[in-house]
Amino acid sequence: MNAILSFTAGLTFGLGLIIAGMTNPAKVISFLDIAGNWDPSLALVMGSAIPVSAIAFYIARKRETALLGQRIQLPDTHRLDWRLILGSALFGVGWGLAGICPGPALTLLGYGLWQGVLFVTAMLIGMTVYEITLNKAR
Amino acid sequence: MTLDWNSFTPTASLAGGILIGLAIALLLLASGRIAGVSGIVSGMLRPQRGNILWRVAFVIGLIVAPACYRLFAALPESRIDAGWPMLILAGLLVGFGTRLGSGCTSGHGVCGLARLSPRSILATLTFMSFGFATVFVVRHLLP
Repeated sequence: MNAILSFTAGLTFGLGLIIAGMTNPAKVISFLDIAGNWDPSLALVMGSAIPVSAIAFYIARKRETALLGQRIQLPDTHRLDWRLILGSALFGVGWGLAGICPGPALTLLGYGLWQGVLFVTAMLIGMTVYEITLNKAR
Repeated sequence: MTLDWNSFTPTASLAGGILIGLAIALLLLASGRIAGVSGIVSGMLRPQRGNILWRVAFVIGLIVAPACYRLFAALPESRIDAGWPMLILAGLLVGFGTRLGSGCTSGHGVCGLARLSPRSILATLTFMSFGFATVFVVRHLLP
């Protein structure tokens, strides 16, 4: 049951990315190119995704457990440290270079494009490098 | 700066965002999990008992979305201008950076902002700024 719901959430998320235009890296880069011919569409994706999920988080905050009985797990770290800033900066550079972030990267796999496969492979290697270097040292 | 009205897709982008929000709501309220894609994927790299199946199911959902979309309409254009060396570099940076920074566009940019997390606000401001700056350098400063 949990897996089916999770699959449905992933599928809905992926359809949202396709409809929103997030799986078109050229469009993502047009959004990031404020000095050029700017396409503001992707600001609207966050503009509607955030209020919808805010309602869900508002409900979740009043509950201890989810509908399927698991504990609702929200992050409890509050530290604003160099890891958060440096990591987000590196991510931003990578996002700007290719116009692809992790969600759309996985959905691009389903487009059957070799670029998606290459990007996801490199992304998994990047995550693994973090796991075996910095995460171990933590 | 000029606005690219020809490419502007307000209705589709708002509708897509609503679906993304609903997906986040479903995973949160049904399973108690945050739909941060980089976090979901990285949890598959160090599998723990009872904490893997939902991650795999979510990722499969993301991957089959284009096939599902194709049942109803032709897939919208997906143009990737980056060549292979750039894709490898970008992928490595995205993978490493999202782990070091504990999140990406979905986890920090949507979920984190939706619950007004100070960490996520700082992370989002940072990756947006560096994204804008990187495109500016590549498109307008480099020859």
